[in-house]
Amino acid sequence: MDPKKAESWLRVTSKGLFCEPGDFFIDPTSGSSRAVITHGHGDHARPNHHAVLATPGTLAIMRSRFGENAGRSLQALPYGETIRLGGVSVTLVPAGHILGSAQVVMEYQGCRVVVSGDYKRRPDATCPPFEPQPCDIFVTEATFALPVFRHPEDTAEIDKLLHSVRLFPERSHVVGVYALGKCQRVLSLLRRQGYEEPVYIHGALEALCDLYEKEGVALGPLKPVLGVSKEALKGKIVLAPPSANTDRWSRRLPEPVVAMASGWMRVRQRAKQGGVELPLVISDHADWDELTQTIDEVKPSEIWVTHGREEALIRHATLKGYKARALSLIGFDEEGQ
Amino acid sequence: MNRFAALLDGLVFTPSRNGKLRLMTDYFATTPDPERGWALAALTGDLNFREAKAGQIRELVLARVDPELFGWSYDFVGDLAETVSLIWPTPEKVDVLPTPGLAEIVEKLRSTRRGDVGVLMAGWLDALDASGRWALLKLVTGGLRVGVSARLAKTALAELGKVDLDRIEEVWHGLEAPYEALFAWLDGRAPKPEVGDRPTFSPLMLANPIEAEELVALDPAAYFAEWKWDGIRVQLVSRGAEKRLYSRTGDDVGRAFPDILESVPDGVVLDGELLVLREGEVAPFNDLQQRLNRKLASAKMLSDFPAWVRLYDMLEAEGEDLRPLPLSERRVRLENWYRAGTRPRLDLSPLIAFSSWEELGELRDGARERGIEGLMLKRKDWAYVSGRPKGPWFKWKRGALTLDTVLMYAQRGHGKRSSFYSDYTFGVWRDGELVPVGKAYFGFTDEELLLLDKWVRNNTTNRYGPVREVSPGLVLEVAFDSVHRSTRHKSGVAMRFPRIHRIRWDKPHPEADTLETLSKLVT
Repeated sequence: MDPKKAESWLRVTSKGLFCEPGDFFIDPTSGSSRAVITHGHGDHARPNHHAVLATPGTLAIMRSRFGENAGRSLQALPYGETIRLGGVSVTLVPAGHILGSAQVVMEYQGCRVVVSGDYKRRPDATCPPFEPQPCDIFVTEATFALPVFRHPEDTAEIDKLLHSVRLFPERSHVVGVYALGKCQRVLSLLRRQGYEEPVYIHGALEALCDLYEKEGVALGPLKPVLGVSKEALKGKIVLAPPSANTDRWSRRLPEPVVAMASGWMRVRQRAKQGGVELPLVISDHADWDELTQTIDEVKPSEIWVTHGREEALIRHATLKGYKARALSLIGFDEEGQ
Repeated sequence: MNRFAALLDGLVFTPSRNGKLRLMTDYFATTPDPERGWALAALTGDLNFREAKAGQIRELVLARVDPELFGWSYDFVGDLAETVSLIWPTPEKVDVLPTPGLAEIVEKLRSTRRGDVGVLMAGWLDALDASGRWALLKLVTGGLRVGVSARLAKTALAELGKVDLDRIEEVWHGLEAPYEALFAWLDGRAPKPEVGDRPTFSPLMLANPIEAEELVALDPAAYFAEWKWDGIRVQLVSRGAEKRLYSRTGDDVGRAFPDILESVPDGVVLDGELLVLREGEVAPFNDLQQRLNRKLASAKMLSDFPAWVRLYDMLEAEGEDLRPLPLSERRVRLENWYRAGTRPRLDLSPLIAFSSWEELGELRDGARERGIEGLMLKRKDWAYVSGRPKGPWFKWKRGALTLDTVLMYAQRGHGKRSSFYSDYTFGVWRDGELVPVGKAYFGFTDEELLLLDKWVRNNTTNRYGPVREVSPGLVLEVAFDSVHRSTRHKSGVAMRFPRIHRIRWDKPHPEADTLETLSKLVT
C-alpha cells in the first residue's frame, strides 16, 4: 500500500488528528461532533463532544471527571472489538498506559494506521498490557523520546521508597502522583512488593481510587489524610498531587520527605528544581528503548511522531531506515505542494 | 559500587543536614571494608584521580551514540556526567560482566597507565547501571558536589561510633584511606588508632558569645582581652618533617597558602587568625576571600593578597604538649618563642591593657572604624580544652548594625520550609523607589514565619515560579555585621550576615530607611 494515500483521509487540524471518511477526531483539543478518545488524561479526553467512542474504562473516567459534560452520546467499544464508521473500521487495542487506555487501529482502503496514544511496555497491574499491532503507518507518542530516558525497574524505585521509610521512621513520606493512573500504579506496585499498611491519600485522589476499585483494580487499604494527627502519620506513606508539597496542606505532615513518581525524575536537575528529595523514576510512558523497540515490532512503512521530542525519534528512525515525519506536518505540507 | 551510587543519589537530593547524616551513618554501618573507607575518602575530598578528563569521556560515548542524539540529550540534561550515565548503551550480555566494587575501581585506576584508562572506563560503564555510571563519572572527573563537607562526613562517623567528633578530628590527618583502623575503632573492635608524630589537627577551643550585662559578674583581672580579628581561625602544625595549615573544622587548607606554610618553623602547633595584611594593617575580609576561593595560589595572588597568621596561642613546642598549661603560661611561651627568631608571615595578637569592663567597652566601641568585630576575653588560668566549654573564653562582639527595610520579594524555602515563603528580599528607598539590598532567611521564630507567610500570600502582586513579588507594605528591621561596596549588586552595596532582627508590623513603609543611610555605613 502507499502510505501517501493515508494522507488523503487522515489529516491534522487545529483540533487534532481528523479522519475524514469516518468523520471523527482522535483526542480533539475541544468539543467536536464525534471523538474517539484514547484515554482519560485531561490533555486527551476533553468535555463537551457530541458523540464519544472509547473503551468502557475511559468512559467511566470521563463520566467521573466531567459528569453531564462527558458527551451527549457515549459509546463503549471494548478492547478488540471492531466498529465501522463511514467505511473506516476502528478497533481499540490495549496501550498499557492507564486504566482504559487504548491504541486506535484504523483500516481504510487496505491501509492500516495505528495511533498509539500514550503507551508503555512494562507490566502494570492496573491495565492490560500494550499489544503491538503491525501496521502501515504508526502514529507514535514521543514524550520521553531522548536516549537519556531509560526508566529503571519499578521494583528498584519502590525499594528506594521503602528503604527511605525504614531509614526515617519519624517522618512521613509524601509521594507526588498524578491523580489518574500514576496514583493507582504506585499503590499497586507497593502492594506487589508486599507493603500492606494503609496508604494515606490526599482528598483529590479519592474519587479515581474508588473508580479503579470499582473497575476491579485492588489497591489495598487506603485512608484519607484529613483528620489524621501528625503523630499518626509518622513512618507512613502519603500520596498527594505533585503540587501539594508546596501547599499549606503539607503542614499537617510530620517532616515530610518529598518524593515524586514521574519519568522526568530521571534527570537530576528536574528533580532538584521541584524540591524533590526522593525522585522515583516511575513512568506510564514508553521510554527510549520501548519507543524504538516498538517501532521495530510493528514494522510500519512510515512513522508519524506526535508532540514531545519528535526530532530525536525521527532521527533515530531515519538512521534505522524508516520513513519518519512529525505529525504536526501531516496534511499541512500536502497542500503546499 | 551500587550502594555508593545510591548513597550519592540520596545525598544530592536530601537538603537537610540531619537527613544527610542519617544516610551516611546508615551506609557506613552496613557497608564492608574497604568499600566504605574509599567512599569516605571520596566524600571528604581525599580521593583524587587525574586520569580521566571530560574530553575522554565524551570520546568514549560518541563512539557509541549518534552525535546528533547525544547533542540533543546533553542540551536537555545539562550535565556531561549525567548525560553519559543515562545515554550509555547497555550491552546485550550484561550479566557476564560483574559490577565493579568501589575498592576495585580505586585500585585499578591507581595502577593503570593514563593511556589505558579509556578501555577500563568503558568496561565499567558497560557493567554499571545509570546511577553507578553517574557515581563513577563524578568520581573520576573530580568533584562529587553532593553537598557534604569533610566535617559532615566525619560527623556521621562520630554518630556511627558514638564518639565525640573531636576524637575523630585529632587522628584524622594521621590516617589514610581506606581507614580500616578507624572503622575498627568505631565498630568497637579495636582501640583508637595511634597516629604517632603525624601532623594531625588538634580540635580547637572555642568561645561563647557574651553581652555587657553578663560581664559584671566576672572579674576583669582574671581575663586577657584581645581584638577579635576579622579573618578565619587556623591552626598551624609542624611536626616531624611535615607542615599543615588547618581551618577551624580541621580541613587542610595549606595548598592555597604556600606563603604561610613556607614560613612555619619546625616543631610547633600554633593557634591564630589567618588574615591578609598590608604594612601591618588588616585588609578587608573580601581580600582574604580572594585567597580562600582558590585551590592554588598564583604568584600574582601571593603578592597582591599577602597572607599572615596573627598568633594568639601555642599548643605544642618541641614535642611538648602545652595544652594542659594555663593560658598565662602558654602566652609567655608563645611570646618568648616568637621573639627568639625571625618569624616571617607571623605576628602576635597583642593583649589589650584594661582595668574595668567599662574601660574595655569604650575601647570596643572605638574600634568600629578599624573594621574590628569585637573583643575576645580569655581566662588566664584555663588550660586549652577542645570544644566550647562554658566560662573560659568569650567573644564580645560589637552591636550589630540595623536598618529598616521594606519586603519586596519572598521565595519558598526547601525541605521543612517547602510550603512557606521563608526567604526574603528586602529593599530601601532611593528617589522614591525601592532598590533591593539584601536577602535573609533567618532571625525569626516559627510563629513569626507563619505570620510572614500569610502576609506574603495576602499581598502578592506577581509570581515568578517559587518567587512572589509583594506590594510594599511590610517593614523588616534587618541586622547585619557590616556593609561593603559591591559591583555585583544593583544597589552597589552588600551586607555581611544579614538577618531579620524584628518585624515592624507597626511601622509605615514610607518611613523605612534610604540607600543613602545604608551607604554611610560602608566600611
